[in-house]
Amino acid sequence: MNDLTPIKTTIKDWETDQEVRWCPGCGDYAILKAVQRTLPELGADPSKTVFVSGIGCSSRFPYYIESYGFHTIHGRAPAFATGIKLANPELDVWLITGDGDGMSIGGNHTMHVIRRNVNTQILLFNNEIYGLTKGQYSPTSREGTHSPTTPLGSVDHPASPCAFALGAGGRFIARSYDVSKDLPVVLKAAHAHQGAAFVEIFQNCIVYNKDRFDDFTAKPVVDATQLWTRHGEPLLFAKGSKGIAFDAAALKLKVVDVVDGDWQAAGVLVHDQTNRGLAHLLVEMPFGAFPMALGVIYDDPRPTYESALLDQDSRARAGRSADLGKLLAKGQTWTVAG
Amino acid sequence: MVTATIDGPEGLTGGKASPAAPEAVVVRFAGDSGDGMQLTGGQFTLSTALAGNDLATFPDFPAEIRAPQGTLFGVSAFQINFGSTDIDTAGDQPDVLIAMNPAALKVNLASLKAGGLIIADSGEFTRRNLEKAKYEVSPLDDGSLDKWQLLSFDISALTLQAVKPFGLGNKEALRCKNMWTLGLALWMFDRDRQPLIDWLNGKFAKSPLLAEANIAALNAGHAFGETAELSGPLRQVHIPAVASEPGLYRTVTGAESISYGLVAGAQLAGLPMFFGGYPITPASSILHNLVKLKEFGVTTFQAEDEIAAIASAIGASYAGSLGVTSSSGPGIALKGEAMGLAVMTELPLVIVNSQRGGPSTGLPTKTEQSDLYQAVYGRNGDAPIPVIAARSPGDAFDCAIEAVRIAVQYMTPVILLTDGYIANAAEPWKVPDPSTYTPFPVTFLEEPNGPDGTVLPYARDARGARPWIKAGTPGLMHRIGGIEKNPLTGNIDYSPASHQTMTDARKAKIDGIAKSIPPQEVTLGEAGGKLVLVGWGSTFGAIHQAVRRARRRGLDVSHVHVRHIWPMPENLGDLLKGYDKVLVPEMNTGQFKTVLRDQFLVDAKPLNKTSGQPFTIAEIEAAIEAALA
Repeated sequence: MNDLTPIKTTIKDWETDQEVRWCPGCGDYAILKAVQRTLPELGADPSKTVFVSGIGCSSRFPYYIESYGFHTIHGRAPAFATGIKLANPELDVWLITGDGDGMSIGGNHTMHVIRRNVNTQILLFNNEIYGLTKGQYSPTSREGTHSPTTPLGSVDHPASPCAFALGAGGRFIARSYDVSKDLPVVLKAAHAHQGAAFVEIFQNCIVYNKDRFDDFTAKPVVDATQLWTRHGEPLLFAKGSKGIAFDAAALKLKVVDVVDGDWQAAGVLVHDQTNRGLAHLLVEMPFGAFPMALGVIYDDPRPTYESALLDQDSRARAGRSADLGKLLAKGQTWTVAG
Repeated sequence: MVTATIDGPEGLTGGKASPAAPEAVVVRFAGDSGDGMQLTGGQFTLSTALAGNDLATFPDFPAEIRAPQGTLFGVSAFQINFGSTDIDTAGDQPDVLIAMNPAALKVNLASLKAGGLIIADSGEFTRRNLEKAKYEVSPLDDGSLDKWQLLSFDISALTLQAVKPFGLGNKEALRCKNMWTLGLALWMFDRDRQPLIDWLNGKFAKSPLLAEANIAALNAGHAFGETAELSGPLRQVHIPAVASEPGLYRTVTGAESISYGLVAGAQLAGLPMFFGGYPITPASSILHNLVKLKEFGVTTFQAEDEIAAIASAIGASYAGSLGVTSSSGPGIALKGEAMGLAVMTELPLVIVNSQRGGPSTGLPTKTEQSDLYQAVYGRNGDAPIPVIAARSPGDAFDCAIEAVRIAVQYMTPVILLTDGYIANAAEPWKVPDPSTYTPFPVTFLEEPNGPDGTVLPYARDARGARPWIKAGTPGLMHRIGGIEKNPLTGNIDYSPASHQTMTDARKAKIDGIAKSIPPQEVTLGEAGGKLVLVGWGSTFGAIHQAVRRARRRGLDVSHVHVRHIWPMPENLGDLLKGYDKVLVPEMNTGQFKTVLRDQFLVDAKPLNKTSGQPFTIAEIEAAIEAALA
């Protein structure tokens, strides 16, 4: 993010006097704590930090962070954030959205804030359900999800936020989940990335979609089902007994067994966070046959939108005076004598 | 000083005893949308302005970019009314119709004044083109144009002949036809060709051959006029310059003057300006103008949609810029929810609506005033927003400044209504001196404003406005949003007392704007009497001229033009109650009429037109007579 002089703060400095109104046990609490823990480590300045959100459970987030906060309208937070960044690029802008807010009603804006590469951290809390409206299925709900609007089970195929973000031209794609101890690591990487940094955070909705992510977040299965991607390190999981290799003939990834830690012999890939092709393959791995890819999957910055636009503007302004009188009298004029 | 009041075409053609020059002339250029009629009209307008005439124009073009050639729906026209007296409308009926093909003749003939002059390019009246225009026989030959005066000659062939030395292809050579026609028109009204020649040299600087060919066509058209005069059918007419207030003048379109007014407003407020827009007819030209004004601290952003356009502007206001967005009816509808957020978060914002015919996509390139309800009432919840309407391209400059002033002084979104007619039409404009406008500099909150160093984002000043706190100001962190809030801290609070207090405060603030606007004056006539015509927006010219003419004939009628649609001037109700009858001409089904009735319990009667065309003076005159009969 911005090269601001680090400010010394503690987690307390980032807490507001507002009573947090999420349901007890909601995954949002853990994400809030992770963010509040991360901000002091970033040396962030509360006065220069803005949290912008749309509508939904996750979008209440700004009320609980002692910084500038703007709780906007459903799905449009990316557009508000873009205006804020263009008006003052010095502000450190965090975008808080959810699977309904960011992938359904606001899918268009999510696409464009990523495509333009506006320098923000986009945290999409994915609980695969509409919480605040009481449990309807969402665009990330798995097929067959029973909900008040799909009593027979949903029939439409879910969207994959990370694949969407990458497809929109994203230059930073990461994944984590609410109670992961590594969430702050991902947040820090997102913050360090200059440009739109997209982070999908799986979040447990205790009321309407309880334990939906247990298939890879429950303690007993964590090792066997989570693949943490780390730049320059082999793509290993299951305590190093398995890895991800490339099946060149089929043009796809495969899971291989690693014997005696000899991952090279097994053909396990070394993670390269600047490899866009690999990023596509990792976010598209079907869960079950493959582990869930987590961590910083892709990080390859390019110039941000606001820097490109504001540079162009300042070049256009160079040497031109803002003389309104002259502007009004421009073009072909005539004088009526008194 | 001109005393003649001849409005007719007499004097334009030879053979008639009509020594006096007309006071005003209406000319309509009509052709295929590929014929360059808007360009021709625009350049003729410039020449008219340089000749010192007052003028008003009406560009009327199809929604299609390149409609099939020669078809009736592909006709593009440009009308100009110019004269030696004040001109307020583009003219009821043309005196002269220049028709570049059969379709252009057919579409525009009905509005031509009886006895008016038709100039037709006979070279385009081929069988094929006649068929496309659904003519069985050429109207040039069958006597059907007898009640007008017809001059037809082969402009196409004459143009080809004129540009022959330059060796252009047939297609390119024919493209010079509009310059040939313009040359003829310049001769007809005794105009200086040099500014046009300069303009052509500039426009075709990269291809001097095209410049020369176009200049040759222009000169040939001009020479043709001279020859035609000698042989009889045409007469040259000189319209004297209008007696204007001394000063520097230029022509301006509404899109230009709104852009300049917004920039001026931002300067008077001491703010950078952020403009978020999305392309839509007829509002895009404001964005096209503003992108060229970056040195005035303007940042422009072409958003992904209308909602993002307004959302980004609100975000920019939150960060301390003057947020501005602009659209036309359908786009304004999309912005509705975000406008409510701007009301709720009490951030300054200017929303320009260049109205067009509706509902839905409606008439994209035609004019209407049917978004008044949308502006005044069109949001969920009690969401009052001040509304201002511009009456002409020149007036739009002042209206834009006024919109900015209200937005920043009252911390509120403001809607500025204009329409397709104002946006595209041009009029002479006495160039204003920016230093004569009173600045209204913004003071951002820089220090805590509550007890014990607390920040109270919703503490109100004497106007009822909350402080503007730029995101990024050290120590003033706070949260705002669309949920109902505590009347001081802005924290979420939807208790009954809080919502009642905040709803009342938002309403009182907007109502209070009436105290900062000038009292309503009678635009023309007396304060009281038998009949008043109450207008708003671009119907100003037609209403004004109709009232002027009626008063000249001794009728007891006055004109009240309202700029501040919401809130309205405090004395407006009492003023209207001083007349026996109130008539409200509008290009809709009676929207302002309803607002007036609601606010003041006056028996306002509607006079409505929704044909996509502006009112004619005659239509309003007839309504005055009927009301007083």
